[in-house]
Amino acid sequence: MTSTADKATTEAVETVTLTIDSREVTVPKGTLIIRAAEQVGIDIPRFCDHPLLKPAGACRQCLVDVAAPDREGNVRPFPKPQASCTMTAMDGMVVNTQHSSESAKKAQEGVMELLLINHPLDCPVCDKGGECPLQNQAMSSGRTETRFIDVKRVFEKPLALSSEILLDRERCVLCQRCTRFSKEIAGDAFIDLQNRGAMQQIGTFNEDVLNFDGYEPIGVAAEDESGRAFSSYFSGNTVQICPVGALTSASYRFRSRPFDLVSSAGISEHDSSGAAIRTDHRRGKILRRLADNDPVVNEEWVTDKDRFAFTWQNLSDRITRPLVRGEDGELHEASWPEALAAAAKGLRTALDGDGEDATPQGAAVLPGGRVTMEDAYAYQKFARLVLRTNDVDIRTRVASDEEQDFLGSSVAGTGMGVTFTDLEKAPAVLLAGFEPEDEGGVVFLRLRKSLGRQRVFTIAPYLSRGAEKLDATLLATAPGGEGKAFAAVKGSTDAAEALKQDGAVIIVGERLAGAPGAFTQALALAKRTGAKLAWIPRRAGERGAVEAGALPALLPGGRSVTEASARDAVAQAWGADALPEQAGRSASAIIADAAAGKIDALVVGGVTPSDLSDDLTAALEATGFVLSLEVRRSEVADYADVVLPVAPPSEKSGTFVNWEGRLRGFATAIKTDAMSDHRVLDILARELGVHLGTGAVAEISQQLGSLGAATKAERPAAPKVDAAKVDAKAGSELVLASWHLLVDEGALQDGEPYLAGTGRTAVARLSRKTADAVGLKDGLVTISSGTGSLELPVVITDMIDGVVWVPAKSPGSWVAQELGVEPGARVTVKGGV
Amino acid sequence: MTESDDVWKVNREREGQAERFVSNLPEPGPVGKVFAPVAGFGVTIRNFFKPTVTEQYPEKRDTAMPRYHGRHQLNRYEDGLEKCIGCELCAWACPADAIYVEADSNTPDAQYSPGERYGRVYQINYLRCIFCGLCIEACPTRALTMTNDFELAGPTREGLIYEKQDLLAPLEDGMLAAPHPMVPGTKDDDYYKGDVTQVVDEQVEWVREHRPEEPTLPENRKAEAARG
Repeated sequence: MTSTADKATTEAVETVTLTIDSREVTVPKGTLIIRAAEQVGIDIPRFCDHPLLKPAGACRQCLVDVAAPDREGNVRPFPKPQASCTMTAMDGMVVNTQHSSESAKKAQEGVMELLLINHPLDCPVCDKGGECPLQNQAMSSGRTETRFIDVKRVFEKPLALSSEILLDRERCVLCQRCTRFSKEIAGDAFIDLQNRGAMQQIGTFNEDVLNFDGYEPIGVAAEDESGRAFSSYFSGNTVQICPVGALTSASYRFRSRPFDLVSSAGISEHDSSGAAIRTDHRRGKILRRLADNDPVVNEEWVTDKDRFAFTWQNLSDRITRPLVRGEDGELHEASWPEALAAAAKGLRTALDGDGEDATPQGAAVLPGGRVTMEDAYAYQKFARLVLRTNDVDIRTRVASDEEQDFLGSSVAGTGMGVTFTDLEKAPAVLLAGFEPEDEGGVVFLRLRKSLGRQRVFTIAPYLSRGAEKLDATLLATAPGGEGKAFAAVKGSTDAAEALKQDGAVIIVGERLAGAPGAFTQALALAKRTGAKLAWIPRRAGERGAVEAGALPALLPGGRSVTEASARDAVAQAWGADALPEQAGRSASAIIADAAAGKIDALVVGGVTPSDLSDDLTAALEATGFVLSLEVRRSEVADYADVVLPVAPPSEKSGTFVNWEGRLRGFATAIKTDAMSDHRVLDILARELGVHLGTGAVAEISQQLGSLGAATKAERPAAPKVDAAKVDAKAGSELVLASWHLLVDEGALQDGEPYLAGTGRTAVARLSRKTADAVGLKDGLVTISSGTGSLELPVVITDMIDGVVWVPAKSPGSWVAQELGVEPGARVTVKGGV
Repeated sequence: MTESDDVWKVNREREGQAERFVSNLPEPGPVGKVFAPVAGFGVTIRNFFKPTVTEQYPEKRDTAMPRYHGRHQLNRYEDGLEKCIGCELCAWACPADAIYVEADSNTPDAQYSPGERYGRVYQINYLRCIFCGLCIEACPTRALTMTNDFELAGPTREGLIYEKQDLLAPLEDGMLAAPHPMVPGTKDDDYYKGDVTQVVDEQVEWVREHRPEEPTLPENRKAEAARG
């Protein structure tokens, strides 16, 4: 590249040409020798080197002979072998690896011998045995016999870094992959090297190790260098990248061997990022999940929730056979034909009346937000064709009509919009109603990758730890007031200027549905600044359901139910005469109406009543017929008349659409006879005399493909709602702020105590001024609403006055269930319990 | 007439044409000629007076050679803890895929083997096992050895999948059934080196407290012996 190169053309990459083992290779300038060697298929043993971490040169295993041209251009060899993982390639360099140089081979053998001196011979009990880089490379590039005859260094083992991550220090080869990951990628520098020389080791802050006689800190000494206790949402990645068995996870410890396991590629069902995972299973049981390498989405990292929360699928309350409520009022196991007949009868009565009841009130569908795109499509098609209603809504969370208009006009059927790469390259990012670390772990990692090159602004009540790690600027806003906050980003404010840069991104989360005018203002801001807009929901199924039209006023592809042309297009594609014309009710309206006895039948899939601020149990109780499609026996089943078992994600195939709009298809990992929701609905529709055509994933893809995206005329208009002003003042009536922490008591994290142990304790956050006005007693507050109360310890936080923040579903803080209100509502807060 | 009949016919004709068989053995004498019809019994009669080699199995059971590859056994240390650590190296080595192991963590409440890891599930499928002994070579703790037991037949397939309890070595006198803690002050290495030679009082006390009914407790052994 020359300085006159045209900026508009693709940037030419400056390359260098070097010789490795007599093979010439041309690589971009700045490439490490070890990477250059990989390109021509030459394997150099290594431990500390990782393509996504900065070079460290810690293990010295990758020593090679290097000769490079000096100033006069004479190629002169370095006097000693060099670490190929820290040295960049240069023009005319001659590299000889262990394959062609005796001295490199000898050097590598020497390093290996040194590493093995203190490494215990406990491979038979070590989890890494069989997939261990140290084991493999000791065989390939180590000496055949040991000369070491002394006693090996031993440590107490294992050291529990957290309830999930265990450290066997004697196995450690001090490559520092884990500490580098923690610092560079996750930003949780909870472990570091301690001591020197032979006693050097990885550990958390521990005064015993550091010999701080007489200098012990007050309190528990399990804190890291930044003074925080070890808790990271990404700690599982250190286990995966550990090249020896030093870091292991409590949930997989001693459970299996690699040769027992069958590996299946999959997509995580835990958030809307669609992280690629690898599921390892044995005899139909999942033993562990690992991050898969997908450079455009999650790179090689996943959150601990993606990695460890899989036990929920196979707990003892798993349903494998249909249940039908008998004459005695109890659920009994039934055959499929029997259960389908009972379900069909119940739904038919709700639709057509039973002869005596002259005015049937119809049925509604609540699929929940965790379904695949295919399942969402089947649910909405079932509602529209079989139940002849638009009452289908996946948004069993805070939702609004404004949000639906936003989704229909700007999200559904728009294909790939902002991508992870765009996030990484964005010069400025504005977050609203979205906490990247808690509500989209992989998004957080991608943003953090650009730390220092990117300005992050966040519209939130306080700077959360995740936002702090992104070095974000807080635009302090009480929940509900996000619309006004967007409007305030104008003129020459810092944020407005930053967002005007090329490639800036505005991220809006699903919580904005609780703030009137927020989506309207976000669209206006995007238009004003030219920034790109991305909607990042929390749950994995949301975007797919939006695409599939599982919303009360949206048909597949972003078509509006109220547009006749859109309805006709869909009706024609489905071979139906007409579709119901009236826009359906939202999830919370469905629940309210059902509770009031205005709905005769409910079809419920994957909804946890305790996640809803609306009283779903009352609705279920008041509804004549309840059909539940579920994996595990839930609270819904207690009220259901018919329960049909469906497959968990590992036992079915399908597609999650991640927030980018990227289709993340996955195949069945474990083959069982469990059926996907869409197949069950297809059979049930047949029982009711309707051909739904959702029996197979391929059928549905074909239908969705032929439907395509809506035209502009078929879409709902962009929302136009006035932004609400929230008047938050310190006092006893405070505005409630809340979101789900990544690790909490969500239904998909059941049965994994080791993961639960890494979650954060529930606290209420108040500003100093607000806390003084409330008047704390013993550092505790009681937060109450009309329906219930929460008692939580208080942490004084630098945050907006007049707001109290609590985690949404952490131990002791089930906001939706106990308070029955959404964030943004007023709650009464008083000191003490 | 079919072709095969032709062949038969031809063969018969050839037979008639063939020369008669003439033995080149010496002609027997007159006495030989008299006894010729019963000479074949000679071997039988001679064996009446030789020692028998027939084994009267199953009435009388003989032992196999000392290094015979028979049924496997999971051994114990002298204090009764299991030697198996559930490392699955035997399963890995097995060319017939006959061994299935699942390991688990020892806990203070349930210590089955020295150290952190023990074999929770251990199965050998004797319908698959070829008794090659590679598993024995692979075992790092000498937990798995082979006995001389060769009686491995049964009426069901399930019955021939031997579980851990079927394979564990019997508890000899002085051994205490697992789970119980390791000998206080010892590490797994001490067990591997063979430094643990007997049950100690602390272990007996622990079992007495947690499982007073345990038949391998000294007092229960005595009571059992008294009952006969």
